[in-house]
Amino acid sequence: MPAQDLDEESSAWLRRLGAAGAGRRVAERDLHARLVRIALAEVRRRAASTPVAGQELDDVAHQAADDAMLAILAKLADFRGESRFTTWAYRFVILEVSAKLGRHYWRHPLVALDAGQWERLPDRFGIDPERHAEAAGVLAEVRRVVEEELTAHQRRIFVAVVVDQVPRDALVAGLGLRKNAVYKVIFDARRKIRRALVAKGYLEEPGGSGDE
Amino acid sequence: MSELDRLERFLRTDPRDVGCDEAMAVLHVYVDLVADGEDAAGRCPGVAAHLLACGPCGEDFTGLLAAVTGGERE
Repeated sequence: MPAQDLDEESSAWLRRLGAAGAGRRVAERDLHARLVRIALAEVRRRAASTPVAGQELDDVAHQAADDAMLAILAKLADFRGESRFTTWAYRFVILEVSAKLGRHYWRHPLVALDAGQWERLPDRFGIDPERHAEAAGVLAEVRRVVEEELTAHQRRIFVAVVVDQVPRDALVAGLGLRKNAVYKVIFDARRKIRRALVAKGYLEEPGGSGDE
Repeated sequence: MSELDRLERFLRTDPRDVGCDEAMAVLHVYVDLVADGEDAAGRCPGVAAHLLACGPCGEDFTGLLAAVTGGERE
């Protein structure tokens, strides 16, 4: 994705934020006001999927806007014009909202870490083991792979995210992990489980749709 | 066995998937392509594959797209 010439709006933002004195302060106020509006809209959009609510949700939005503003000003020189300036700037506040909601999750967790609610896994995938003996076999094989083929660290992450439905941003915050590290564990576990289910004849070999 | 469809979809992995770090590093670029009606998935198939498979990154994408198309763009 090569850097493009700056559009007029992006140039104006950079010019205003790079100015001295009152002009810069006005630009910073304008940008901050936008970040606050976006953060408030974003926490409300995510309200159904977080235990954070009410004033705490608004506080998260304001903290996210404040932190995003600091990061944007500190990284202004890194903006290379690959997108509109506002899209680049808004990305900071969206990611701040994600991270902060993940951290705040543990103040009112919907499920404890390491709860291991395997009995809820059928619901997670819409499977009724009471109705189909094969479904019971599939679920037993999933659990066997998780318990026998994953390391303790991988198992803890898989059970938290897939079995207990702990939001990934919350797990990242709770265990002090990187988001990509959690994703990689789940990605590898999915491949292992799929291979096992194919070997047992529960699933067919992957087709040619870009799948492995 | 259609009852296993959801599980099968969850287990399906795409080798083009670039992972969270790379997808988030170019999220603003990808979102602008989508907002402008460009073929974002065609130009960045690894990012598209990741956003489909990773719920949290998909949420970030949806949020940023809503921000840039929801009146906060001059």
